[in-house]
Amino acid sequence: MRLFVSEGVPGCLPVLAAAGRARGRAEVLISTVGPEDCVVPFLTRPKVPVLQLDSGNYLFSTSAICRYFFLLSGWEQDDLTNQWLEWEATELQPALSAALYYLVVQGKKGEDVLGSVRRALTHIDHSLSRQNCPFLAGETESLADIVLWGALYPLLQDPAYLPEELSALHSWFQTLSTQEPCQRAAETVLKQQGVLALRPYLQKQPQPSPTEGRAVTNEPEEEELATLSEEEIAMAVTAWEKGLESLPPLRPQQNPVLPVAGERNVLITSALPYVNNVPHLGNIIGCVLSADVFARYSRLRQWNTLYLCGTDEYGTATETKALEEGLTPQEICDKYHIIHADIYRWFNISFDIFGRTTTPQQTKITQDIFQQLLKRGFVWQDTVEQLRCEHCARFLADRFVEGMCPFCGYEEARGDQCDKCGKLINAVELKKPQCKVCRSCPVVQSTQHLFLDLPKLEKRLEEWLGRTLPGSDWTPNAQFITRSWLRDGLKPRCITRDLKWGTPVPLEGFEDKVFYVWFDATIGYLSITANYTDQWERWWKNPEQVDLYQFMAKDNVPFHSLVFPCSALGAEDNYTLVSHLIATEYLNYEDGKFSKSRGVGVFGDMAQDTGIPADIWRFYLLYIRPEGQDSAFSWTDLLLKNNSELLNNLGNFINRAGMFVSKFFGGYVPEMVLTPDDQRLLAHVTLELQHYHQLLEKVRIRDALRSILTISRHGNQYIQVNEPWKRIKGSEADRQRAGTVTGLAVNIAALLSVMLQPYMPTVSATIQAQLQLPPPACSILLTNFLCTLPAGHQIGTVSPLFQKLENDQIESLRQRFGGGQLEETFDLKAKTSLKPAVVETVTTARPQQIQALMDEVTKQGNFVRELKAQKADKNEVAAEVAKLLDLKKQLAVAEGKPPEAPKGKKKK
Amino acid sequence: MAAAAELSLLEKSLGLSKGNKYSAQGERQIPVLQTNNGPSLTGLTTIAAHLVKQANKEYLLGSTAEEKAIVQQWLEYRVTQVDGHSSKNDIRTLLKDLNSYLEDKVYLTGYNFTLADILLYYGLHRFIANHDCFVYKKMRIVTGGPHVCL
Repeated sequence: MRLFVSEGVPGCLPVLAAAGRARGRAEVLISTVGPEDCVVPFLTRPKVPVLQLDSGNYLFSTSAICRYFFLLSGWEQDDLTNQWLEWEATELQPALSAALYYLVVQGKKGEDVLGSVRRALTHIDHSLSRQNCPFLAGETESLADIVLWGALYPLLQDPAYLPEELSALHSWFQTLSTQEPCQRAAETVLKQQGVLALRPYLQKQPQPSPTEGRAVTNEPEEEELATLSEEEIAMAVTAWEKGLESLPPLRPQQNPVLPVAGERNVLITSALPYVNNVPHLGNIIGCVLSADVFARYSRLRQWNTLYLCGTDEYGTATETKALEEGLTPQEICDKYHIIHADIYRWFNISFDIFGRTTTPQQTKITQDIFQQLLKRGFVWQDTVEQLRCEHCARFLADRFVEGMCPFCGYEEARGDQCDKCGKLINAVELKKPQCKVCRSCPVVQSTQHLFLDLPKLEKRLEEWLGRTLPGSDWTPNAQFITRSWLRDGLKPRCITRDLKWGTPVPLEGFEDKVFYVWFDATIGYLSITANYTDQWERWWKNPEQVDLYQFMAKDNVPFHSLVFPCSALGAEDNYTLVSHLIATEYLNYEDGKFSKSRGVGVFGDMAQDTGIPADIWRFYLLYIRPEGQDSAFSWTDLLLKNNSELLNNLGNFINRAGMFVSKFFGGYVPEMVLTPDDQRLLAHVTLELQHYHQLLEKVRIRDALRSILTISRHGNQYIQVNEPWKRIKGSEADRQRAGTVTGLAVNIAALLSVMLQPYMPTVSATIQAQLQLPPPACSILLTNFLCTLPAGHQIGTVSPLFQKLENDQIESLRQRFGGGQLEETFDLKAKTSLKPAVVETVTTARPQQIQALMDEVTKQGNFVRELKAQKADKNEVAAEVAKLLDLKKQLAVAEGKPPEAPKGKKKK
Repeated sequence: MAAAAELSLLEKSLGLSKGNKYSAQGERQIPVLQTNNGPSLTGLTTIAAHLVKQANKEYLLGSTAEEKAIVQQWLEYRVTQVDGHSSKNDIRTLLKDLNSYLEDKVYLTGYNFTLADILLYYGLHRFIANHDCFVYKKMRIVTGGPHVCL
């Protein structure tokens, strides 16, 4: 028999540890294959380990392979072992997979990882201590021990994940881990890289769903069908029959959009992206795209909606960037504002306004709020010790000074934080400080700054939150962050900075200072509206009539839930405050964070070059929206979701429904005579539509998308069961039945096109054009499912909506956009003991990594030249030169050249 | 079909007359059997194997080491893959795989009817209840053996 195993696949641990049991009874040949190899001919998905028996049969279950080895050694099956193995497969494995995924793919630590397996670990520990045996099924080590040990080893070999208090588990695990077969198995599978050896394998696994989510996504199909009452069905049928008549007239488009008394007025803001960066996918899903879905939904509900955003342009980072690129701050802002606007246009973001913060309105409104706060005693002056560069004749803001970290001695610590040890630094504490612009040594001088007295405003804030939070749709993380700031007590905050690029402070003695961005950035929403309409106060000083939804990533919460509300409450000018604060968690890229400097991840401008349409990006980002917990972007998953959900499910259904109308009924919607089964389907679709509304009203964007896919699945099943393509060739009754099924299906397709509009606006418009859906039905979504394509309606030309994504296409994109493995490539290179095949793959770095290195070499080269030109300190120059040489060496390695002989041939 | 009902059905077909009472555990409603002589047993396939032994029909668990391992493999498949929260798409893949596995076989172990066939049949039954013709056709192949009348 032949045992197929693979490095880095967890199931191979117990199998290899148990293989020795068969020795003397059978010959086991061990073959190493790739983790993605399809060894078993009848299984669609790759599966390793696999045991091919001499009879030709395959064992593809890890436990069954181990069991077989034990059976060969004469062991007898027993209930207790069966029970442990069943528990391992159904309870332990899902929990462990989730924990390993969080740890290895998402880089989480501590309780985030342990949380999902703690219950299972405790269960083992209790069982061991209760039965008072050293092993799971008795006095000697047996099958259950090996299988569970193998499953647990990757996680528990790191002592951080083997809780001390579980002492029985602890000693059981140690006993097994020190045995020779287990040690050798661990050596073979993990290659002394610990749990990281599993990374390539785990990356291919689907992201674990949170336990509470599991029940929601897939199970309900049958149950919901069962709960329909006769009354519900009757109501759904009545609503359906009313059809287009029940649609209200379309709201006339206003310009500008202003609140209307007696209507629902929804003001939506997306966090203002900082101007000097190109946004990555995480930024896009975090605010602009999420807010866009809600804005589009809100318009479909005929709510009076204004959606605004803009670039946040003031601040240190802009000034630094301007120095870097040799432009003025204004030129930098102009340049990047256009980049941002273009990206969002490509993503089809439906802003009513996309403005910017560097406008006279910003100055006017910020200064006005400041004056009100000053007048009411919420602002005070204080003296601050600060670094001043005599050469540049100015006080240095945090980011304009570098020096040695007072904590760890790192040479290039920034004025606010050390990049090496991560500690926050007060700029005056830096050792050997340097002005970043001229490199001269600044001196400590005292200067005046303004402080916002948040402690004095805390009570008002608490009162407002007490009125606002109950019954609102603030996301749990936003509430949590806000509460924890309040629990620690608010502290006075400095609101001025020594910069030129900002909103001037209208106070004598502050001519050289501007407002700190976190005081005036959130005022940007107001000034952007003011640039859109001179009646901006009807939105922003109208809390009674306006519902304000603010979208952001969670790091932005305090500015929106505490700082701006405090400023606005202190100014006592009846400002509109946030009613629903919607914060997302973080989106990771494959296994790590998006990183511009390392060229890792997909950035807004690059998404356009992938050849994947904007709507597919929108769909996938919304499908994995980090709602409630972090999530990760994965190319493989993108391919999977496109091909399964869009192509096979949604696209397939809508296309079939339309095609039947064209092919069988000459393009005219046929007569529909509903049977009780059809009526049940109607009611079922209605129920799912209402569920969609409930979710979107609560801004649960990701969950609501699932409702669309569920309806489409029902549609597919309906067509499949009723087979209109067969009935059309049958008797008169059969043909009528084919007509009803086709008519109902195409109406479901029409409904889906409207529900899809917030998520995939272009696809939605394409479907509506294909079906020639009447205009009011395209722009209004009621809570009932209506017959919007009545019998006799003529549809247009139907064509497929989605394209299949191919593996090699996705693989080449993955390579182009990197996977954060640059450093590892070189680590592996150093280990010459690896098999030749492996070395081959790692020595040839991806072209994009080479490009990143080339860029770094160029950058470092320029920096060294600059230093030399400035006649900088010799030691410093030497250090930078050493860095440059090191980079060049890395580049040579990446290109496959011998480091000292640059003329060597490039490896292909 | 709830696990307890499934186990009662199995008892009947095994000729066990006593009729055990089952309790259910946790959100997945895992069946638990309190045995007379020892600790309780938890889990569908564990209890099913226990019942088979009680009925003295051990041949249903396989006769050779190979058959025994194969039976347990498909029992595990039943509770992890078939009972997993699978999407329509997963179900298709699952049925396709089963169909291609069974192409040259009468039963899961080859020629001998075992507990794996019984529990897999019960497990797949709920897909038929959906009246999905496509699925049903595939099912006919899976359950084509004489034990359909179980």
